[in-house]
Amino acid sequence: MANSIIQVENVSKAYRRDTFDIPVLNNISLSVSEGDFLGLMGPSGSGKTTLLNLVAGIDRPSKGRVVVGGTDIGTLSETALAKWRATHVGFIFQFYNLIPVLTAYENVELPLLLTSLSKAERKKHVEFALQVVGLADRMYHYPKQLSGGQEQRVAIARAIATDPTLLVADEPTGDLDKQSAEEILTLLERLNKEFKKTIVMVTHDPRAAEKAHTVRHLDKGELK
Amino acid sequence: MKIPLKYTLRNFRSRRLTTAITITGITLVVFVFTAVLMLAAGVRKTLVATGSTENVIVARKSAQGEISSIILNETYNIVMSLPQVAKGSDGKPVASGDVVVVINLPKIGAEAGISNVTVRGVSQAAFQLRPQVRVVEGRMFNWGAREVVVGSSITRRFEGVQLGSTIKFGGDVWSVVGRTDAGGTGFDSEIWGDVSQLQDAFSRQGAFSTLTFRMTNPDQLDQIKRAFEEDNRLQQFEPKTEKAFFEEQSQFMAIFIEVLGIFITVFFSVGAIIGAMITMYAAVANRTVEIGTLRAIGFRRRSVLAAFMTESLLIALIGAAIGLFMASGLQFFTVSTMNWGSFSELEFSFTLTVEILTYAVVFAILMGITGGFLPAVRAARLNIVNALRSA
Repeated sequence: MANSIIQVENVSKAYRRDTFDIPVLNNISLSVSEGDFLGLMGPSGSGKTTLLNLVAGIDRPSKGRVVVGGTDIGTLSETALAKWRATHVGFIFQFYNLIPVLTAYENVELPLLLTSLSKAERKKHVEFALQVVGLADRMYHYPKQLSGGQEQRVAIARAIATDPTLLVADEPTGDLDKQSAEEILTLLERLNKEFKKTIVMVTHDPRAAEKAHTVRHLDKGELK
Repeated sequence: MKIPLKYTLRNFRSRRLTTAITITGITLVVFVFTAVLMLAAGVRKTLVATGSTENVIVARKSAQGEISSIILNETYNIVMSLPQVAKGSDGKPVASGDVVVVINLPKIGAEAGISNVTVRGVSQAAFQLRPQVRVVEGRMFNWGAREVVVGSSITRRFEGVQLGSTIKFGGDVWSVVGRTDAGGTGFDSEIWGDVSQLQDAFSRQGAFSTLTFRMTNPDQLDQIKRAFEEDNRLQQFEPKTEKAFFEEQSQFMAIFIEVLGIFITVFFSVGAIIGAMITMYAAVANRTVEIGTLRAIGFRRRSVLAAFMTESLLIALIGAAIGLFMASGLQFFTVSTMNWGSFSELEFSFTLTVEILTYAVVFAILMGITGGFLPAVRAARLNIVNALRSA
């Protein structure tokens, strides 16, 4: 595929527990095109999150290659990989993972601190990102002063602040009520269409999967 | 790029109690550490200020202090004939042969018991040699009478030495006719009288303990030393500047306080370090997901390490600041204890110096680094996936 942004080639992953290995992914190959919205579904323990972590560069495969945007991320050093993530990946977590002692503004600013942007430029980025998620008026609120849906929107603003090519979302609606979940999915859809973000989303939620362009199922470490 | 400092500072606020307890631990250690060094510095300062660099004190080489030194009249006369001995307007040498003895006096307070006090018999030139000693109450003792003037610290701390009282020692009764102030020097802890009266009372006719004279020029010590070495009759004696002599008297005591104090505080500090370590380990455990998130976003291991080290160092520095502030209040207190250099009671105050301040801050930083290092390393080495999974 000419415009493929993610290539997972014959990847296996096993975790070591004490003296034996527990296989999680078994010789998986996957390609994601630029601008795609991929939904990964499957029962608990099927390896969805592990696959997502490999694609996002926070974990390394036991075997095989993961190439994202032309970079074989398995070959990068720990430091280079951290830098790569800061530039190319936006993370959205099930439990939002906002830093509780920082305001919405400061949370969104965090990944920008890793860039060479000036304070004024960072401000522009933060304000824009919060505007996109519709929380420009909650900039100076702390996470605990926000609802779950709002927290997740701040987390999405944080994920897009540096304008990464790839967004990875692990059960982004898993902790939300129906309406908030709907809002978040609509927002992700908009980011995909309007801002051309490639999204890989792990989900249990069939409604969430509906929003994805492509849905792949994982079962017992194998891609169906 | 570093994890912002406000992250660290606000985390303090979010767990006020544990932070406060840890800071208290460090504060107490810094306080004790500083107090001990201030005590030692106080002894040094008092005794160093006692002596002048313009005066030379001569004592027997083998003597440990003034009370164990003996200088006979003949020696006194030989020394007085040296050209380096300054002469007063009356043509007489500016010199005092002193007799120094130690007596027992009861301390003020029911349970305080008795303690040693230095009694110094001086010649007339003594007040010219040591102008810091002034009679501030009552009058000067009369030469040829069994009268004494008492240093201010002695008046404060001992019974029966106040103006108008009489003291029994050396087989006689001595009237207290005046109180002296010696500007916080060691002479404040002494009783002074006429040397000939003391020689008589203690059967030391024809002998002094030490002799002190003013040099015609303050840089003549080397010449004087050479003169002592070249003269057979003076070889058993050693001339030193008065300042150096009293400084040596402070060494044993100051070093003893320092060594004992540092030994104790190092033990205390182990407790404070363990406290800081527990706090920091708890901080890491509570924030595992945050650490995982920061690392996923792209913050490096060393940024996480730095953030937690900063946190631990800040705890230590805040503790140091409070501890030093408390210790600085000790400067208003004076203490009195036995100075083993002279075997008698010496009063001195806690003295804070820039050096002590630096030591205390460095000590606190070391506690912060030691307590924070392992938890910070643990935070930095967390596996991102595992850290995120602990949500």
